[in-house]
Amino acid sequence: MSDGRHPVMLARTWVFRLAAIAAIGAMAGVAVGAQDHGYTPADIENGGRLFQSNCAGCHGQDGAGVAGVELARGQFRRGSSDTELIKIIQGGIPNTTMPPHNFTDAQAANVVAYLRNMATIRSGSSPTVLRGVGDAARGKALFEGKGQCMTCHRVNGRGPRLAPDLSEVGATRPLPELHQALLDPNATMRAGNRYFTVVTRDGQTISGRLMNQDSFSVQLIDSKERLISLSKSTLREYGFVKTSPMPSFKDKLSLEEMDDLVGYLVTLKGFNP
Amino acid sequence: MMCRLRIRPRLSVACALMLAAAVPGSAVFAQAQVTFDRILRADQEPQNWLTYSGNLSGHRYSPLTQITPANVMNLELQWVFQTRGPAEANEKFEATPLVVDGVMYTVLAPNHVVALDAATGRMFWMYSPRLSQLARVCCGRVNRGLAILGDTLFMGTIDGHLIAIDAKTGKPIWDKAVVNPAAGYSFTLAPLVVKDKIIVGPSGGEYGIRGFIAAFDAATGNEVWRFNTIPGPGEPGHETWEDAEKTAWKTGGGPAWVTGSYDPDLNLTYWGTGNPGPDWNGDPRPGDNLYTDSVVALDADTGRLKWHYQFTPHDEFDYDSTQVPVLVDTTWQGSPRKLMLWANRNGFWYVLDRTTGQFLQGKPFTAVNWAEGFDEKGRPKRVLNSTVEGTLVYPNNQGATNWYPPSFSPRTGLFYIPSWMDTFSTYFKAPVEYKEGNQYVGRFPTMAFPALRTGPGAINQRLPEDGYGAIQAFDPKTGERKWEFKMIDVTDSGVLSTASDLVFAGGREGYFFALDARTGEQLWRGSVGGQVSAGPMSYSVGGRQYVAIAAGSALFVYALRQQ
Repeated sequence: MSDGRHPVMLARTWVFRLAAIAAIGAMAGVAVGAQDHGYTPADIENGGRLFQSNCAGCHGQDGAGVAGVELARGQFRRGSSDTELIKIIQGGIPNTTMPPHNFTDAQAANVVAYLRNMATIRSGSSPTVLRGVGDAARGKALFEGKGQCMTCHRVNGRGPRLAPDLSEVGATRPLPELHQALLDPNATMRAGNRYFTVVTRDGQTISGRLMNQDSFSVQLIDSKERLISLSKSTLREYGFVKTSPMPSFKDKLSLEEMDDLVGYLVTLKGFNP
Repeated sequence: MMCRLRIRPRLSVACALMLAAAVPGSAVFAQAQVTFDRILRADQEPQNWLTYSGNLSGHRYSPLTQITPANVMNLELQWVFQTRGPAEANEKFEATPLVVDGVMYTVLAPNHVVALDAATGRMFWMYSPRLSQLARVCCGRVNRGLAILGDTLFMGTIDGHLIAIDAKTGKPIWDKAVVNPAAGYSFTLAPLVVKDKIIVGPSGGEYGIRGFIAAFDAATGNEVWRFNTIPGPGEPGHETWEDAEKTAWKTGGGPAWVTGSYDPDLNLTYWGTGNPGPDWNGDPRPGDNLYTDSVVALDADTGRLKWHYQFTPHDEFDYDSTQVPVLVDTTWQGSPRKLMLWANRNGFWYVLDRTTGQFLQGKPFTAVNWAEGFDEKGRPKRVLNSTVEGTLVYPNNQGATNWYPPSFSPRTGLFYIPSWMDTFSTYFKAPVEYKEGNQYVGRFPTMAFPALRTGPGAINQRLPEDGYGAIQAFDPKTGERKWEFKMIDVTDSGVLSTASDLVFAGGREGYFFALDARTGEQLWRGSVGGQVSAGPMSYSVGGRQYVAIAAGSALFVYALRQQ
């Protein structure tokens, strides 16, 4: 850069609202919580394209392909500033599997722009209704009260373990997916949240969340929070439960209440946000 | 009592056998030089494993018979060799060991070579070359094994070097920088020894490389011949790169990252080639894109092309044809014929005439929807392409099979294929721009099964409809599938068959198992606690048969329980 200014700093002089949030807000006509990173929508879009063609092979579309590295969380072990991240992308990490990349500063900055917004932008599905982010405090009250979410879910060490732990759901799920999960829990069940039922040879039925299975055994957590590992040779039958145990909130909460609930969920970023 | 050095090859073999018999239990006595004659006749010394596939025909078949269907349930772990420290996320342990007269040689990811007592796993030496920080590999900092000739081991490295190593000491003899790692070239395959030459091809199909297969003088490391898998101007096949700018061939891919085979009668060496670049958008490279996704038959002395067959013309689905060519001499429709069997990443398995390259048969071994059969010349009738909005294609991007080697048993006459069953990907066409050293692929397709990585856990929570893994056995003469051994997770394991009619394999589930080679019935299973991403092999020391498999970050070695 001839003027010596870093491309990301240049980009930040363009104060744009995050592209996806803006789009969602516009569609739903709701004021959304601004997460102004200052990247232009074009930066983020270009970064996404570069990510898809250069990074997703190892890191996965969701940024979680490398064990112990979750790009979508926005937390990086080896750097935090844009400049540090650009350096890592360009130079790689010596003696690890992260190779160097011949990106210009501007291209690497675009990848950083995408990474910073990845969790919010990325949407693997096409939800029928896109809505915004409501009041987190009201959402928390709904979560713990009327919504009865804590009957099944756990957050930051409170609540049962059978249903998925939501302590970092705000860091790992795109906004549309949170809305969709409330409206139609069967639409996008993630692999780690599927339920499984077995019937033992003596007729006992055991159901729980599937933790792992192979051709000869199955591992579950059941409703009593027991970790159960069974040999399939001891089972009369076994298989996935086709539908999610989670009810739809379509007729139980108003749209505003669901916005508030999502407003709370997006604040859940894990123990070490 | 050393019986080494330059005596006639046949005598050296006899000497090795005599010594191994004379000193039962000894792991390190008979150490004759590995002449090419010994490699050619590898089947005559079943106690050893002298080349990547066990023999030059690519069979991955052991003539040993001590472990049988009747006693295999008594197989037990003898020793484990672990890599030093936790592996990086894609430093998979993919190597097939060599065993020479009681000494095992193998490679820990990415390029750490070790010599071990094959009976106990104790280490003689370790050699770790200093690797360039410029190395970049799309899909794993891996190595699939070594070659040996004389007293010298040969290894390709992820930073594009070919290194000759003293098998006795682990010291480098010569070290040649063959290709530029900063441009995405690397070596991950086990080299192939033919006569006095070391033959290799590069990895890098995701970096817009220009692929080749090249032979190097074993004594000096000097390049003897090179066959460009992407023909340049004036070379036959160049006309299949039909872009108006006439530049696509320069970044056309066609790597050769899996070890080839060799037919001494025809003096032909056979190699599979990888995908064209860019992977998932064929627009910059109209035409068939020879010789990508092909098998090429090369004169072993000159590298000159004798014939080729292209499995997937103008590929947009990353269907590398980098599988081990399996050479079989048998009767075909009533007449003796030199055949080549090939289970391809694109979902078909093939029978070719390996003298002429003639297509004889192609049949799907899993769900395939990108092509509907073949024309009379063996060209697939393609019905699907990558699109902007996404095209659902069977099999998935990781393929119906891949680099992990199949097996052929001359006893059963069956061809054993590690298979990914009924998997699918959605392919999207997206703009691509070539820049040296960056990936040149297009947009990554979606798939339920990602490429294998090391790291915590082999968690499988996928639905049955996402596909499954299997070992399948086919009769090449009839095309009939004889049996299928199913796993609910997919497999990156090679297959070993033995002369006692056993088949060994593993998978991502972390088991290593033995099947009846004629029925597919599982006869024995051991937990290796990590994902198998390597080919099994077998050898013997002091009259005791061992079976070895790498899994996770360790090598596991089994033998029958001693009474």
